[in-house]
Amino acid sequence: MQHAIGHGHSQGADSHSHDHGHHDQESMKVLGFWIFLVTDCLLFGTLFATYVVLKAHTDGGPTGKELFEIPGFVAETFILLTSSFTSGLAVLAMNKKKVGQLIGWLIVTVLLGASFVGLEINEFVNMVHEGATISTSAFLTAFFVLVGTHGLHVSVGLVWMIALMIQLKMRGVTPVTKRKITVISLYWHFLDVVWIFLFTIVYLMGVM
Amino acid sequence: MKRSSKLRGLMLLITGLVSTVLLSGCDGKFVVFDPQGPVAETQYRLIILSAILCAIVVIPVLAITVFIVIRYRDKPGNTAPYKPHWDDSKVLEVLWWGIPVIIIGILGAYTARDTYGLAKKPPVTDVKPIKIQVTSLDWKWLFQYPDQNIATVNYVHIPAGVQVDFELTSDAPMNSFWIPQLGGQEYTMPGMAMSLWLQADRPGEYYGTGANFSGKDFAHMRFNVVAESQEDFNKWVQTVKGSNNELTKAGYETLSKPGQSEEQTFSSYPSDLFDSVVIKNGGHHMDMDMDMDTEKDSDKADSNSDSDNTSKSDNNSTHDMQGMDEMSDTDMSNTNSSEMNHNHQ
Amino acid sequence: MYASIKSFASSFFVTGDPLIYGADVSIGLTSIAILFVLFYFKKWGWLWREWLTTVDHKKIGMMYLIASLLMLFRGGVDALLMRAQLAMPNVHFLQAEHYNEVFTTHGTIMILFMAMPMMFGLFNMVVPLQIGARDVAYPYLNAVSFWLFFFGAMLFNISFVIGGSPDAGWLSYPPLSEMSGSPGVGQNFYIWGIQISGIGSLATGINFIVTILKMRAPGMKLMKMPMFTWSVFSSSIIIIFAFPILTVTLALLFIDRFLGGHLFTMDGGGNPMMYVNLIWMWGHPEVYIVVLPAFGIFSEIVATFSRKRIFGYKSMVFALMSISILSFFTWVHHFFTMGAGADVNVFFAIATMAIGIPTGAKVFNWLFTMFRGRIRLEQPMLWTLAFIPCFVVGGATGVMLAVAPADYQYHNSYFLIAHFHQVLIGGVVFGYLAGIYYWWPKLFGFKLNDRLGKWAFWLWNIGFYVCFMPQYALGFMGMTRRVYTYGWDMGWGPLNLVSTIGAFLMGIGFVFQVWQILYSVKYGERDTTGDPWDGRTLEWSIPSPPPMYNFAVVPHAGERDSFWEEKERRNFAPAPPVPVAQLESIHMPKNSGVPFVFSACWFVAGFGFVFGWLWMAILGMVGVGVTLLIRSFQYDTDYYVPVEEVRETEVAAGRAV
Repeated sequence: MQHAIGHGHSQGADSHSHDHGHHDQESMKVLGFWIFLVTDCLLFGTLFATYVVLKAHTDGGPTGKELFEIPGFVAETFILLTSSFTSGLAVLAMNKKKVGQLIGWLIVTVLLGASFVGLEINEFVNMVHEGATISTSAFLTAFFVLVGTHGLHVSVGLVWMIALMIQLKMRGVTPVTKRKITVISLYWHFLDVVWIFLFTIVYLMGVM
Repeated sequence: MKRSSKLRGLMLLITGLVSTVLLSGCDGKFVVFDPQGPVAETQYRLIILSAILCAIVVIPVLAITVFIVIRYRDKPGNTAPYKPHWDDSKVLEVLWWGIPVIIIGILGAYTARDTYGLAKKPPVTDVKPIKIQVTSLDWKWLFQYPDQNIATVNYVHIPAGVQVDFELTSDAPMNSFWIPQLGGQEYTMPGMAMSLWLQADRPGEYYGTGANFSGKDFAHMRFNVVAESQEDFNKWVQTVKGSNNELTKAGYETLSKPGQSEEQTFSSYPSDLFDSVVIKNGGHHMDMDMDMDTEKDSDKADSNSDSDNTSKSDNNSTHDMQGMDEMSDTDMSNTNSSEMNHNHQ
Repeated sequence: MYASIKSFASSFFVTGDPLIYGADVSIGLTSIAILFVLFYFKKWGWLWREWLTTVDHKKIGMMYLIASLLMLFRGGVDALLMRAQLAMPNVHFLQAEHYNEVFTTHGTIMILFMAMPMMFGLFNMVVPLQIGARDVAYPYLNAVSFWLFFFGAMLFNISFVIGGSPDAGWLSYPPLSEMSGSPGVGQNFYIWGIQISGIGSLATGINFIVTILKMRAPGMKLMKMPMFTWSVFSSSIIIIFAFPILTVTLALLFIDRFLGGHLFTMDGGGNPMMYVNLIWMWGHPEVYIVVLPAFGIFSEIVATFSRKRIFGYKSMVFALMSISILSFFTWVHHFFTMGAGADVNVFFAIATMAIGIPTGAKVFNWLFTMFRGRIRLEQPMLWTLAFIPCFVVGGATGVMLAVAPADYQYHNSYFLIAHFHQVLIGGVVFGYLAGIYYWWPKLFGFKLNDRLGKWAFWLWNIGFYVCFMPQYALGFMGMTRRVYTYGWDMGWGPLNLVSTIGAFLMGIGFVFQVWQILYSVKYGERDTTGDPWDGRTLEWSIPSPPPMYNFAVVPHAGERDSFWEEKERRNFAPAPPVPVAQLESIHMPKNSGVPFVFSACWFVAGFGFVFGWLWMAILGMVGVGVTLLIRSFQYDTDYYVPVEEVRETEVAAGRAV
């Protein structure tokens, strides 16, 4: 309960110990984000369950086996896994307080993520051209919703990561930016884990 | 003192109201308390049993509440003991965790017994059951008699003392088929053929209704159930057959359009009507999941096994759902097992 | 041009019903009156600075409370309309379509826009004070939650006059709620109204879990927390597990409606039964989300007004936590009659009955808290005492409903209606009202008038039994829910008439409460001590209403009921004032207008999605994204309350010298 006097009014809420009950605010935010990830897990869990129930309901339309192209989704998988790795490298750079390296690895991560989203959009467009749209059958609705939700998460992550890079540029590695980077790298790894399930349940089991 | 008399007044009022309600209800019919068949009978017995078991807890609790509130009021001169730090008692805790466990145990055992009992096919007798296919439409009921090849709308005749195998589906939003005096309801769902057996022990007219909200004129989805002796029933079938009023495919299309309907009678109908309605609304997915044969002849044994399959597949899908409130990896293991189940079938 | 505007307007605005025109006029007049007052008294700045941008949990709690009382009024009017229609056989007061809209909005509003915000109001008003914290873990997120709820509720409610209300029941089962069954925009209002406020609810769940885990006063171990805080914790845990399922389910339904998907449709391979499963996997835990905090409230009140420690604290905590786990394994009991098979039905029947065990144990613990205590029948205690018999009977009928084969006879009948109203009114509404009466003086600084409160209490209680006891009987007479009319043939008339009389008695009770609040604002007994009820927990140790920072000095709470123990130690003498030298400057979050704008953008997006106007939806979503980024770039989010200000406030309150 040490008390530091003299902080100005506009002082940011970094993790100094001036507080009574305001325990380490930044670590509290990370805890909150973990709980958010739990809820996101459930969100995906529900979507997975929906997909599994409706997988066979193709209503005479195309099946996964006919639609999924192995090179496409394998490439997507490798790109996303690599981006997860590079976001890990970014965190390592952050821990060494190397802002340049940190931003560099984040750029690589964003580029990989963007190419993942690009490939996915390309995949979707191809499917629509083949006549497999979201309104073709219950199976395809469930497919587009499940994979699309993941894609949307990745896209949101990209915008967020770019915003964080600008903030890093402006402020360097402070307790606040450090927490933000920790949180987004958690998010990014989480999306990677979700993709592994997608890869297995939707794509691998779809083409088998 | 004034306040506690108010409380007593409230209790009196409640008892008074409950009895008024029960008495004034007497000119109405308590259809659930008037079982006219074995299914309704079983359910009625369970209702009474559960009410008694609950009363065993509820009445003492109410009595204790009244006693405590009167005895331990904060008023001058109250000599009742006051122990502000007494906050734990192992004996009491064991008592009030234990008693509910026992009561729920008893009730659970009876519930399980009767659930399995009613889910089983009814005891085989020498009387051949009659089969009736029921379709809920917007906002009317269509009854088809596959063995007699006649159909009715908004009323149904059944022979008394004969087991009736209802097969339920819907060609409209989900509804529920309920004849309280013969037994509880079951959903009619698009793309599914659910089975429900009921029986009327005595001739009589019974109230039947749709129970699950299905849109605008849902309130008018009532139907009359006429139970009559086998001879009277046969006579009625013959009259209907002679009426020369066919239900055609086009006629069905008109009938299934949203709107209310009077009671109607049809001397015949396209024999694949019921199945085609089930298939049209997604029944083929059930077939595909279960590798079930789509063609159904009117042979009873075959149709029974079909409906068994239906309920089993439901079973599976519900288990699938269970995984949803766990993490996605659990979902995956569920997925695998359900996949395998499907393959087995 | 004129013709096209006219045709647009006639489909955009709900027309043709005198009730709607009446509502239009009253909404218009009210809005004009509010605007007039704001302009005339130049209150815009005050409104923006003090309320719209606030991140203070107490103010947010008050806003939740006011909004939920408004929604209680709206849902109550819906209820009275229904009861008027059903008072006699063959009444033609409402048309079928209108009746269907009314029961749909009644159910949705009462659960999602009345019970939930009233609950969050109590969370906000009480939890930080009770655990000795200066705010919740994420004050900014807290404001976001409130405004999301607020705009979601507004979006849902404007469907009454614009576009048309939803009419497929409060859980809107497909295929009835699909385009095939409900082609209008009403269902879209339902989806987006709930979706937007649901995101807020999820965030609140996260917020309070972290608040309770991380913000407790020093010394307050988990097993020393007040019971209400425990109940909030268990309720929040259910929220974070249940609400994602709701979000997904509604999103899927919208994808069916908006993009032509086939998840729950009759054609294209959809499976409507999956929706029923999913919605109840949220829907059943939802009932426990709202009832557990009520249990917590009763625990606080029973102990305070019996001047005795809560009986069986550990067993109470265990009961709460086991209910929150069990609540996830009962959802199938809402559709035993779907024919899922005997195994499934038996499992869910027994799991459902099992919830009765911890619930029953809690009732006994409350009773034995009163036993050998000294019971004061103040208003909060009256509601608690009314709760016990009501909830015990409602719980018993719940156990009866859990008996799967018997449920085939109760399902969808008025027996079911009577049951869940008995647990939701007797449990949740009585509980929240008790909580409001209990904590009102803490938040507002005055007590609510006793005489008017007793009128309201007796009207509510008598009205409740008159209204719902006949409905149990009507269930046995075969009356199904959601029928807009019935004939003379079944003899349902007399009991329905009795039931309607009861509903109006409760309505009059509500009017008394509104009067009570307005009267007490002017004449209510002022609370100068901060401890009007002789309380036991930390919130009573600070002035009423509490200063913006709650605790000038963070308290130490080394035992259960620590404030009571402290009072006992000093023999109930007044607490000595704190020397001003001990006061320090206090670290607090800054107000922000972003949550309001962010949520308003959601409203715009939701409105666009409702009518399928993509430009508007995209505009709204861009707004959502931009406001998020703006927040991300804000680093100047907190400040220190200068020590002089703290000193002044505390000295003025007589708490420091």
